[in-house]
Amino acid sequence: MIPTTYYLALSALLFSIGVVGVLVRRNAIIIFMAIELMLNSANLAFVAYAHEFGTLDGQIMVFFVMTVAAAEVAVGLALIVAIFRSKASIDVDQVNLLRG
Amino acid sequence: MFKLVPLILAFPLAGMLINTVFGRWLDEKRIGIVASVATAAAFVIAVLQIVALAGNHFHAETVLLADWITIGDMYLPWQMRVDTLSVTMMILVTGVGTLIHIYAIGYMHEDLRFARFFIYLNLFVIMMLVLVSGGNYLMLFVGWEGVGLCSYLLIGFWYDKGDDNVGNARAGRKAFVVNRVGDLGILIAMFLIFGAVGSLQFDDVLHFFEHHGAEVGGLATAITLLFLVGAAGKSAQIPFFVWLPDAMAGPTPVSALIHAATMVTAGIYMIARSAPIFSLAPVSQIAVALVGAGTAVMAGTIAVAQWDIKRVLAYSTISQLGFMVAAVGLGGYVAGMFHLLTHAFFKALLFLSAGSVIHGVEHGAAASESAARGVAGEDHSSGAHHPHCDAQDMRNMGGLKDRMKLTFWVYLVGAVALAGVFPLAGFWSKDEIMADAWQVGMVEGRWHGVAVYVLLTLAAIFTAFYMTRQVVMVFFGQPRSSAAEHATENPPTMTTPLIVLAVLSVLGGALNLPRVHTLGRWLEHTHHFFHGMDFNLSVALSSTVLTLAAIWLGVRVYHRCPLENATAPDQLQGVLGPVFNFFQGKWYVDELYAATIMRLYEWKARFLAFQVDWDFWHDFVHDRVIAAAFRGAAAALSGPVDKGGIDRFFDGLALLVRAFAVRILRPLQTGYVRNYALGVMLGVIAVLGMMLVN
Repeated sequence: MIPTTYYLALSALLFSIGVVGVLVRRNAIIIFMAIELMLNSANLAFVAYAHEFGTLDGQIMVFFVMTVAAAEVAVGLALIVAIFRSKASIDVDQVNLLRG
Repeated sequence: MFKLVPLILAFPLAGMLINTVFGRWLDEKRIGIVASVATAAAFVIAVLQIVALAGNHFHAETVLLADWITIGDMYLPWQMRVDTLSVTMMILVTGVGTLIHIYAIGYMHEDLRFARFFIYLNLFVIMMLVLVSGGNYLMLFVGWEGVGLCSYLLIGFWYDKGDDNVGNARAGRKAFVVNRVGDLGILIAMFLIFGAVGSLQFDDVLHFFEHHGAEVGGLATAITLLFLVGAAGKSAQIPFFVWLPDAMAGPTPVSALIHAATMVTAGIYMIARSAPIFSLAPVSQIAVALVGAGTAVMAGTIAVAQWDIKRVLAYSTISQLGFMVAAVGLGGYVAGMFHLLTHAFFKALLFLSAGSVIHGVEHGAAASESAARGVAGEDHSSGAHHPHCDAQDMRNMGGLKDRMKLTFWVYLVGAVALAGVFPLAGFWSKDEIMADAWQVGMVEGRWHGVAVYVLLTLAAIFTAFYMTRQVVMVFFGQPRSSAAEHATENPPTMTTPLIVLAVLSVLGGALNLPRVHTLGRWLEHTHHFFHGMDFNLSVALSSTVLTLAAIWLGVRVYHRCPLENATAPDQLQGVLGPVFNFFQGKWYVDELYAATIMRLYEWKARFLAFQVDWDFWHDFVHDRVIAAAFRGAAAALSGPVDKGGIDRFFDGLALLVRAFAVRILRPLQTGYVRNYALGVMLGVIAVLGMMLVN
């Protein structure tokens, strides 16, 4: 039996990779994937705890998160397509209209 | 019956209100009927009061209308007093008033302000009734001021006419201002009375003076002298008589009602009402008698030399008021009231007839003008145009006897009654005054009685003379202008009251015939020392002889050699010369007042207006001191304080905020998504960190 701690460590690792990915990458698709990575690291933590405590709450929550992630992907990809149409690029550094 | 007495005020008030509210939509006839019926109804109430008094053994009765002033011990109700004296005045005011209202319907025909005239007349009747029926001095004073106001309004009724188009308004102002001087006397007298008695009710005041007379002789003298000042103002005696001749600027019915029959007699009424106080002050009585007798002679001399038909009557009124004042001054209250009544009849008659004459001559002027225009065709530049002729100037009259028959006869009756020819009204009343003077002078042997007797005899001679002069000039001889030539008689609304008054002028003497003394016995119930004076044959005979002589002289001077034309000098001018001019100039009293009192007053007014108000107050205090101080303060506040202090503080604050924003807040907004994401992450870490620490 693999101890729960390992799963949590993996989850933290995945989340950190996702954070760093969001912060350092400029390609919008990559950033997007990094966000997905963070979401899934959370899912992993949910499942790990659900198994640890022998309840179904965490498992059910994972389904919700996946649903929300799917909807978010749809919206996010639509945004990226719209940005690409206007800028002919998906480099997020090109999109800095809010600069003061 | 006594309870009906408030109606005597209510009827004219109702008439006044109806004409005030609806007068705009009523035609002349209805307005006149409303006003006349209101006054006639008041007359009926006044007559009913005689019945009421008869049923009450002629004892006075007071009727409370309302409480007015109650402060501490001071209690002044709206209270009407019904006694023989006040009822006499009520009958006079409403009776003569009704006749004059009816007359005015004809006289004011086609006047622009017809309704307003009757509103004023009704208001006058109300105020005069307040004056005579009030149960205390304050109500008397309210009425006194009220009739003064109406007098002012009606003298200036044609305010846009007269000299320089303001002459009539000026005459009204003069009457008002001169009367104020007299009113001040009454006010001070009222204060003195209240200070001594603690009440202004006639009952309390007269009771006090009857019972404590011995201790308050000086006070009584002061009060009565002040009353004399007031009476001299209202009743046009020396030195205040100057307003009454000018008051003839008002319409003639006003002259008849206010300035001959009723208002100007208020002074005599007040003295008669205050008789118990006057009886304690022999000095004041002498003063009153001499003022009256002096005025009678002075005004009589002036009347001899006037040309204006109404002015002659005005001076005659002053003279006759002098008779009344002299009578009450001598203690002949019954004689004074008697003369007041008969004078009201024949002087109202004379004024109304004079109005009829003026009206007739004005119509004649209009008729002759249109005739002249008919002859001259459209040629206005021809010499036919003559200056507007004065319809009141007796020089423009003459020969009206045949053209205005009825007016002539009633005028003659009035003139003879005024001259005091047996057996008309004026003879009996004037004779009683003379008998009073004889009694005081010869029987009691007091010098002022003699003086008054001599002065009044002189005045009576002048009266007969100037009335003869007037009648001859107006009605006899040949017409001296085309207006007089075309004069016509007036409609019955005007002539009917004349006939009634003429009858009263003939029969008025019956009110107080010798031995019977109806009026004397009647008035006795108000004050116990009101007594009629017995007939004195020698006095009556001598005055009749003198009167007839004066009439004969008048006929001789004016009828034998009449005025030749409208510009000829008076026949007496040649004989008397400067004396005549002196009389014609009205003893130059107006000029004297203008040179002394008026000049002083105007100088004072100018000084106050130009030096004190304009130069000092406006130019110096306002413009220099206050404005400069204000400008200085404003400059200090706006410069250093506002711009230098407050503005700068806020400018600095704004600069600080801007610098903060530019230096610190602006660089934070990079627009890069990752920077914001980093911020979110750091925030999450911070929150988690805090949770861990806690």
